Amino acid sequence: MDKMTFENHYMKQFDEELEEIRTRLMEMGGKVEQQLQNAIRAIGEADSQLAEEVIKEEQLVDNMEVDIDEACILIIARRQPAASDLRLVMMVTKAVNDLERIGDEAKKIANHALILADEGGSSKGYTEVRHLGQSVMSMLSNALDAFARFDVDAAMRTIEEDKQIDQEYKTALRELATYMMEDPRSISRVINILWVVRSLERIGDHAKNLCEQIVFVVKGKDIRHQK
Amino acid sequence: MNGMNPVMGAKSDTKQNLEVADNQVTVGSCFTEAPKMTMRNVNVYYDDKQAIHNVSVDIAKNEVIAMIGPSGCGKSTFLRSLNRMNDTVESCRVEGEICMDGENLYAPKLDVVELRARVGMVFQKPNPFPKSIYDNVAYGPKIHGLADTRVDLDEIVENSLRKASLWEEVKERLHQSGTGLSGGQQQRLCIARAIAVSPEVILMDEPCSALDPIATAKIEELIEELSQNFTIAIVTHSMQQAARVSHRTAYFHLGRLIEVNPTEQVFTMPEHELTEAYITGRFG
Repeated sequence: MDKMTFENHYMKQFDEELEEIRTRLMEMGGKVEQQLQNAIRAIGEADSQLAEEVIKEEQLVDNMEVDIDEACILIIARRQPAASDLRLVMMVTKAVNDLERIGDEAKKIANHALILADEGGSSKGYTEVRHLGQSVMSMLSNALDAFARFDVDAAMRTIEEDKQIDQEYKTALRELATYMMEDPRSISRVINILWVVRSLERIGDHAKNLCEQIVFVVKGKDIRHQK
Repeated sequence: MNGMNPVMGAKSDTKQNLEVADNQVTVGSCFTEAPKMTMRNVNVYYDDKQAIHNVSVDIAKNEVIAMIGPSGCGKSTFLRSLNRMNDTVESCRVEGEICMDGENLYAPKLDVVELRARVGMVFQKPNPFPKSIYDNVAYGPKIHGLADTRVDLDEIVENSLRKASLWEEVKERLHQSGTGLSGGQQQRLCIARAIAVSPEVILMDEPCSALDPIATAKIEELIEELSQNFTIAIVTHSMQQAARVSHRTAYFHLGRLIEVNPTEQVFTMPEHELTEAYITGRFG
């Protein structure tokens, strides 16, 4: 049952409803991706305005989560989906939750960007943020691509990327600790960076969850919490 | 559950043709360790027309097995061959082996009347006899000589009505006509009538399709309770019903048994594309 199609229901309307939640999930993914990108840029460029924008737009992401969830509940109530349809609907309700959490983390990063921009001064730690940020951005984008194509192999590869991110996160922590030891005056500033790095690492975990859910939709196998 | 399934095909990754091939094999777990009934290579014909093609499957003791599939897929024909109801259709011919507890049900010397007491049946449309509620239930035990005294018979009637969850509703009017009951009550009366002769297996052919949702829910709850004591095979057009009441689900398509698997698997991750297409409401 590897071939995924959400068409050809006797009830055309059902095709459309499934397509609709899929499309809206992709839109939400795109929005969250953009939020993350802007939040990371706001740090690197000390752009308070961009950070403000990210914080303001988080509400949009929240609304999308609620709307898509509502659409899923309606499908369950009206269509009683089974098999691959059921797996898709369940996956979407979980995926919107992960995407919303990514949106939250992006907002947190934007908050720290504001603080860092206000303080001004040294750009210590920005390299770590940029580096980890790139990896996390790429992972999120790969996860969303894998979802768009229901590509299990791509999802599995993306899951592997999370290990790399965890590794980079640890390296970044060590470097940030070094900065703090070298220059105790930088401690409060570096702690802000540390929170940012922590948020990026969490985003990697949420992207991994998305990929696990793709495997569930396509293969019907639950691969969560497997070592 | 099965390791020796001769008809179970390895699932191929290639795109399955949605037409049913002649060499179609059943996927999933057709066979059980302690079967109550065993069917092997069953073919059913109406004159020259073959309605059932080479079906092999077990029904385990105290299990509820649901048979689903589009109209004309042969599920009712197959169900009816399990207690030789097809004998009454002149053009019908059954080949292969159908056994209960290892005993061939199509053996020439087998007493068909006794068989139908052991394998009871409940039909789509409630069909109580035009007699009193009491007599509807008492009829079977009387003709099969299961009650020696009136007290025994009273007890059987009460127990059967209780098991069919009907006793409380009818105990004050046992001697009124069974046809005066509501549709759902009539169907439960038919179930009481079926269990009054202590069958081992109960066959149900779309038992709820003429009932409203509340009466349906009562029958479904009853099926769950009855499965403690009886083995039940149910044909249903309602996939949600199959999902709710059965332990295993068998999917029939154009006279072939396509897939048999635990119900929770069939409705979340069916093995065969045809099953998937049917239960998700797609054209296959």
